[in-house]
Amino acid sequence: MSVAVATLEHHLRAARADGRRLLIPYVMAGVVPDWLDLVRGAAEAGADAVEIGLPFSDPMLDGPTVQQAAALATGRGGRPRSLLDELAGLDVDVPLVVMTYANVAMTLTPERGVGGFLDHLAAVGVRGVIVPDLPLDESAEYLARAAEAEVAAVLLAAPSCGDDRCREIARASSGFVYCMSSMRTTGERDALATTARETARRLKGMTDLPVVTGFGISTVEHAVEACVDADGVVVGSALMRMLVDGAPVAEVVDAVAAFRRALSSVGG
Amino acid sequence: MSVEEVVSTGAMRAPDAAGRFGRFGGRYLPEALIPAAQAVETAFREAWADAAFTTEYRRLLATYVGRPTPLTECARLSEALGVRVLLKREDLAHTGSHKINNVLGQALLARRMGKRKLIAETGAGQHGVATATAAALLGLTCTVYMGQTDVRRQEMNVFRMELLGAEVVPVTSANGVGTLKEATNGALRAWVNETEDAHYCVGSTMGPHPYPWMVREFQRVIGEEARAQCADRLPTAVPDVVVACVGGGSNAAGTFAGFVDTPARLVGVEAAGGSAVEKGKLGVLHGFMSHFLQDDDSQVLEAHSISAGLDYPGVGPEHVHLAETGRVHYTSVTDDQAVRALKLVTRTEGILPALESAHALAWVVDAAATGELAAGSTVLVTLSGRGDKDIQQVREHLR
Repeated sequence: MSVAVATLEHHLRAARADGRRLLIPYVMAGVVPDWLDLVRGAAEAGADAVEIGLPFSDPMLDGPTVQQAAALATGRGGRPRSLLDELAGLDVDVPLVVMTYANVAMTLTPERGVGGFLDHLAAVGVRGVIVPDLPLDESAEYLARAAEAEVAAVLLAAPSCGDDRCREIARASSGFVYCMSSMRTTGERDALATTARETARRLKGMTDLPVVTGFGISTVEHAVEACVDADGVVVGSALMRMLVDGAPVAEVVDAVAAFRRALSSVGG
Repeated sequence: MSVEEVVSTGAMRAPDAAGRFGRFGGRYLPEALIPAAQAVETAFREAWADAAFTTEYRRLLATYVGRPTPLTECARLSEALGVRVLLKREDLAHTGSHKINNVLGQALLARRMGKRKLIAETGAGQHGVATATAAALLGLTCTVYMGQTDVRRQEMNVFRMELLGAEVVPVTSANGVGTLKEATNGALRAWVNETEDAHYCVGSTMGPHPYPWMVREFQRVIGEEARAQCADRLPTAVPDVVVACVGGGSNAAGTFAGFVDTPARLVGVEAAGGSAVEKGKLGVLHGFMSHFLQDDDSQVLEAHSISAGLDYPGVGPEHVHLAETGRVHYTSVTDDQAVRALKLVTRTEGILPALESAHALAWVVDAAATGELAAGSTVLVTLSGRGDKDIQQVREHLR
């Protein structure tokens, strides 16, 4: 990874200061043989960071598309450790954020627990991490080890979280605050949930960290609408569905570029 | 001292404030579900301390479930094995298994919380049937998530749930396998999507805090009754050994809760292809930290058992804690052993046990033969359910 990439938070704040709306595409590691080309292509097409999913057998917060992407990755022999090895050689100019589940984070290096996992992420150049089934109350050690490893632990806030909880989450989160758009698992939807903007607005009033909305951002219109309140969006299933349906990586990169263009019309 | 007082001084206490039994348990959920889990905990703490709630619960257990279930002395089986075997007959509870004890408690709690719907996962179908039953009784809607493989193996239970008015949703993982693990993934996802209206009625002593504790509390009636029945029946008041099968571990937890403070030896029997206590590694799945069967790449494996109810790669957190403290001994038996025990008990006692319960019986048969159970000792076995649902599996296995 390029040495020019600062910390995740610094990088995203700088982009926001330039008047950009943040775009974070999600790529399931190993979903197709040339998945690293997609990460590289997404960065070149204007992503501000790329979220990299590590496959887990039981992704409880993921809908059918990401489940299928994970099954494709594991079906090709991709495993968290081997996929991180592949990622280690990648040279891109945007920060990478790894997303996986608590069991992977805690058992990838069984003798060293979550600290070993975070050190490993740092060693392959990853700047941020998202573990959706590690809520605040179970995160004390995780947050401390992430700080030591200098990997930003991004926490999620959901529409069901009360203001006090949202404030605690925003205070403990690093890099950005991940705003869950609705009370739904990941996946494409017809319309942006009404809770998306409302939750982002609440979070924006509590923190100066970038607030990035994800879950169900299915079209450029959804992205633009979400960014009325949020600083940016994560786009996952909409891109992964293209790969699951057999589209070549170049088409997915074009889709990322389309999101970038649409968001550029909002920025400023 | 009353049974309640004895039990409350025993080693199976409430978990700590973080929902942990020793190192195990906790609440590993997305933030989105934390408010829902907290609401269940608050509601349960209040309800369990509210005489109006517990009176209504006890009334339903007596008049609807048919409790207390009998303690059956097995004359011919005892003679065959050389040990005195007593069965705690949860197979005679309404719907045919112990699952109803927990479900009625949670359904009453759901109503108290103003929820209109129950969501459940099911393996063998017993918990699904019990949940559909409670939903019908209390006028709630019900959706049951069931692995595609189990939908096939437990066809009649699927129809039974549908007759009761429940919707059964088959769950397949993207790699095509579908047992209790996938069913639980499906139910958890549904809980995220419907957290406002629905109560997630977890079927065993697993899941995020407060479920492992709450489900054990709703099942402790098994152990309390058996304790009192043994006190009436046995000159020693308590049996030498208390045995129960362990999948997630709810009938075992409920049984052990009644005997944990006695000298009785406690034995939990897992399926050989799903023995998480013995062969699992520390991990996190379905909201709790426990032992899970998993590979070296942090992927959770499918369990393999003839019994759909024991086909789970993990085990309730309190059981791993009880194993670590040494209070309960956990072991496992194979499909063959379970089926042989099922046949033996059916022929000697005229009682067809569920395949799950047959695992506990198989250990007794084996331990009596090897001398691990001393001749003449007294053994209490929780017969967690009836075997009618398993006739097809047993028939195929014997072919």
